[in-house]
Amino acid sequence: MNYSDTSFAQSTTAPFLSLEAVRKTYPGVVALDGFSMEVGPGEVIGLVGENGAGKSTLMKILGGVTRPDSGTVTVDGVAHDGLTVEASIGSGIAFVHQELNLFENLDVAANIFFGREPLKAGPLRLVDRVRLREMVAPLLKRVGANFSADTPVASLSLAQQQMVEIAKALSIRARLVILDEPTSSLPIAETEKLLDVIKGLRAEGISVIFISHRLHEVERVADRVVVLRDGMLAGTLPKSEINHDQMVKLMIGRMLKEREKAAEAGRAPGGVALSASAVRTTAYPDHPVSLELRRGEILGLAGLVGSGRTELARVLFGIDERLGGSVALDGKTLGVGSAADAVANGIFLVPEDRKLTGILLDLSIAQNISLPNLPAHAKRSLVSTGAEIATAEKQKKALGIKAPSVLTRTGTLSGGNQQKVVLAKWLAMNPKVMILDEPTRGIDIGAKAEIYGLMRSLADAGVAVLMISSDMEEVIGVSDRIAVMHEGQVSGILDRDDFSQENVLLLAVGKKPRLTQAAGGVQ
Amino acid sequence: MSKKDLGLLILILVVGAVVTAINPRFLSTINLANTSNLVALFGILSIGQAFVIITGGIELSVGSLVALLGTLFIDFIAVREMNWPLAFVLIIALGAVIGFVHGWLITRLKMQPFVVTLCGLLIYRGVARFYTADGTAGFAFGQNFPDLEFLTAGRSGGLPNSFMALIVIAIVMWVVLHRSVFGRYLYAIGKNEEAAKYSGIRTGRVVIAAYVICGVLTALSAIYFAMYTRSISPASHGQFYELYAIAAAVLGGFSLRGGEGSLVGVILGTVLLQELQNLVNLLGIPSSLNFAVMGGVILIGVLVDQQWGVFRARRRMMEATRRNVAGAPAE
Repeated sequence: MNYSDTSFAQSTTAPFLSLEAVRKTYPGVVALDGFSMEVGPGEVIGLVGENGAGKSTLMKILGGVTRPDSGTVTVDGVAHDGLTVEASIGSGIAFVHQELNLFENLDVAANIFFGREPLKAGPLRLVDRVRLREMVAPLLKRVGANFSADTPVASLSLAQQQMVEIAKALSIRARLVILDEPTSSLPIAETEKLLDVIKGLRAEGISVIFISHRLHEVERVADRVVVLRDGMLAGTLPKSEINHDQMVKLMIGRMLKEREKAAEAGRAPGGVALSASAVRTTAYPDHPVSLELRRGEILGLAGLVGSGRTELARVLFGIDERLGGSVALDGKTLGVGSAADAVANGIFLVPEDRKLTGILLDLSIAQNISLPNLPAHAKRSLVSTGAEIATAEKQKKALGIKAPSVLTRTGTLSGGNQQKVVLAKWLAMNPKVMILDEPTRGIDIGAKAEIYGLMRSLADAGVAVLMISSDMEEVIGVSDRIAVMHEGQVSGILDRDDFSQENVLLLAVGKKPRLTQAAGGVQ
Repeated sequence: MSKKDLGLLILILVVGAVVTAINPRFLSTINLANTSNLVALFGILSIGQAFVIITGGIELSVGSLVALLGTLFIDFIAVREMNWPLAFVLIIALGAVIGFVHGWLITRLKMQPFVVTLCGLLIYRGVARFYTADGTAGFAFGQNFPDLEFLTAGRSGGLPNSFMALIVIAIVMWVVLHRSVFGRYLYAIGKNEEAAKYSGIRTGRVVIAAYVICGVLTALSAIYFAMYTRSISPASHGQFYELYAIAAAVLGGFSLRGGEGSLVGVILGTVLLQELQNLVNLLGIPSSLNFAVMGGVILIGVLVDQQWGVFRARRRMMEATRRNVAGAPAE
C-alpha cells in the first residue's frame, strides 16, 4: 500500500491539479493539515472520508470560496496561493453538488445555457432557440442522455437531472468535474447510468473527483482513492488495492464491526407481528400487496425507487389512505385510519424525508421527542417541561445524541443527530413495529453504524423492524430477510442463504432470482 | 414576556408619552376608559384570530360575523323578546358552529382558509343585510337590560367591565396557548403540519378546534360590539374588523405562515392599534388619514422586526459556527 501520495507515478504527463501541503484552520480547529494530492488528466479520483474529515473544506478551496492559510494549489501548471471563484471556473473546475441547482420549471437547454443563451441579432435580444438546440445536442450526447433538449427538467429523474448538471459543466469546457455525493439519493439502476457517464468523462480526458459514502461505487469507478481523515491524508489506494475494507480501515482507523454485528445470522424470529394482506396503495391501486413482518426480525424492503415501498410504509402508518385490503397487528385487524391510530398501536415510522416529515426543525430536541406522547408529559393537559426534559435527557444519553443540551433547536444538529432524534421520539414509547424509510441516507459512516446497532437491539428486544433501503450493501448487510418490491407488489422474499446483489436486482426488475436450493425462500 | 413583546410595549409607552405631551387629554379618565373598552372589544376578536393564524390559517369572515351575530343578538332580545342569557348562549353556539364548518371545510375538504373565509365574509354580510331588509337593528325607546348592560358596557370602579372580561379571557387563553398540550399542538402544526401529522397528532381536529375557538370569541365580541353601539346597520357594522384583528396579530409578532406569536403580543398589538386611532383623534389629524397612519405603522413595525430577526439569525449562525468549529470537529 502506498501511504505517501506524491511518489505515485500515475502517468508521465503533468497533473491537471495538484495540491501541496495545503493547510486551513478555523478558530479552534484544523480543517486541513498539510494535505497534498494530485489529479491527472482523465483520472477518476475517489475521495472518501467521514463527515468532518475535511472534504467540504477541500471543496471550498477548489471552488475558490475559501483561501488556504498556506500551501499551493496548482491548476494546469499555474500555481496559486489560493483560488478565487473566477480562477476556479476559468481554469475549468466544475462542481455537481448533491443538491442540484437546476430550474425545474425550465427545459434542459435553458438550464444548460442559463444566462449564456445565444441571442438573435436585433434590439429585442431574443433567444436563438435553433442555435441553442444545436449547442445542447452534442453535450447531451456526450453524457449519454436519453432525453431531448426541450424536456422540462421537472419531468426528469434525479439521475437525468445530474446528467444535465454534468452537461452544464461540459458546456463551460470543464477539465475537472467534482461530483459531491451524486449517488446518495439515486436508485440502483440510475446509479449505473451515472457511473457510465463518469467513465465517459474519463475517456474524453476530463478528470473527475468523485466524493461518495457509497464505497462499492467508488470501488467500481475510481482509478485511485484518496482517503481523508481529520484533515490529513490518511492514505492513497492505487487501482489494484481499492477495496471496501481498505477504504473503511483508512477512513476510521478501525473495522466496522457494527454492521456485521447487526447481521449476525442464526436468529429465530418470533411470530407474525404485522401483516398486510392485499393492501392497495394510491401508487398502485390495481396491485394488491401482502407482507408479513415477524417479531424480532429486521426485514429489509428493497426495490427500485417508485416500486411502491414508501407508499406501503405510509399506508401501514396511516398517513395515506388504504384503498383496500387489511392490516393486522398481533393477529388483530386494525383500522389504521390515521398516523395517530398507528402510533396508538405502537406502529412507528421513521420517514424518508427527515427535515420535512421526521422532525420539526424549529422545536427543541426535547419538544420533538415528547410530541407524539405529549399527554404522558402533561398534568391536567398542561405540559410539564420537567417531564419532557427528563425523557429527552434519557434518550440523549441512550442514543448518544451530540448536542449542547436537550433544549437545543433540532435544526442546528447534523443529519445523523437529527435522525437520532427521530428515533428517540419513538424509542421513548415502546415500539411494537418500527418502520424505517431510508434511515441512513445522507448520514456519515459512524452514525450509520450506530443506527444499525440500534435496529438490531430493537429486534433483539422483540420489535418487528421493517427497513426500506436503496443502499444494496445496507439491505444485504443488515437484514434478516429481504422482501423485494416490483411495481407495487412484493416480487419475492429472500432468506439469508440467498442474499446477493444479483438476486435483489433480479427481483427488483421482476425476474426470478437464482436460489441455492430448489425449495428456496421465494414465496 | 419575550423581547419582541417588550419592544412593542416600549413603543406603546413612547407613543403614549408623545401624545400626552401634545394633548394631555390622552391620560384623562374618560379617554382611558373609552380606549380600554375598545381595546377589550377588539382584543377578544384578535385573540380568536390569533388562534387561527398560529395554525397558518386566516379568518377573514370575522367582520361580517360581528355584523351578523350582533344583528341576530339584538333581534333576539329586542324584537323576539328572548331572555338574554338564552340569546347569549345561542349566539356563542352559532359562532362555534360557524367556526366548526370553516375548520371542517379547510381540513376535511382541503379548501384554502383564505377562500373559505373570504366566502364567509361575503355570505354573512349578505345574510345580515337580508335579515334586517337592509334596515337597522336596534333597541326600542326605553328598552332596558340592566344586567346585560352592566356586564357589557358598564364599569366597576372606573374600569370598563369589558376590559375585565378581556383580562380573564387573555389569562385563560394564555394558559391554553402557551402551557397546554393543545397549545403545543397548535405551534407544531403551524411550524410544520406534515411533521406534526407524522408524529401522530390528529392535526385535522386541532385545526378545527382553532377555528371553533375563533368562532366563539368572535361571537362574544359581536355581543360586546352590539351592546356598545346599541344599534346595528348590517351594511357597515364590523366592516374591516377582520383586518384590525389580523393587523393586531401581525403587529404582535405572529407570522402569517403560522407557528409564531404570543398571546401577550396580540394584546399589545391591539393596544397599539387603538392607541393610534386615539392619536389621530386627539392630535387633530384628519380622520380620513386614519387607515393610512395605521398601515404605515404596521408596515414599519413589521419591517423593523424582520430586519432585527435577520440580524439576530446571522449573529446566532456566526456564534454557532464558532462553537461547532471549536467544539466538535468530527461531526
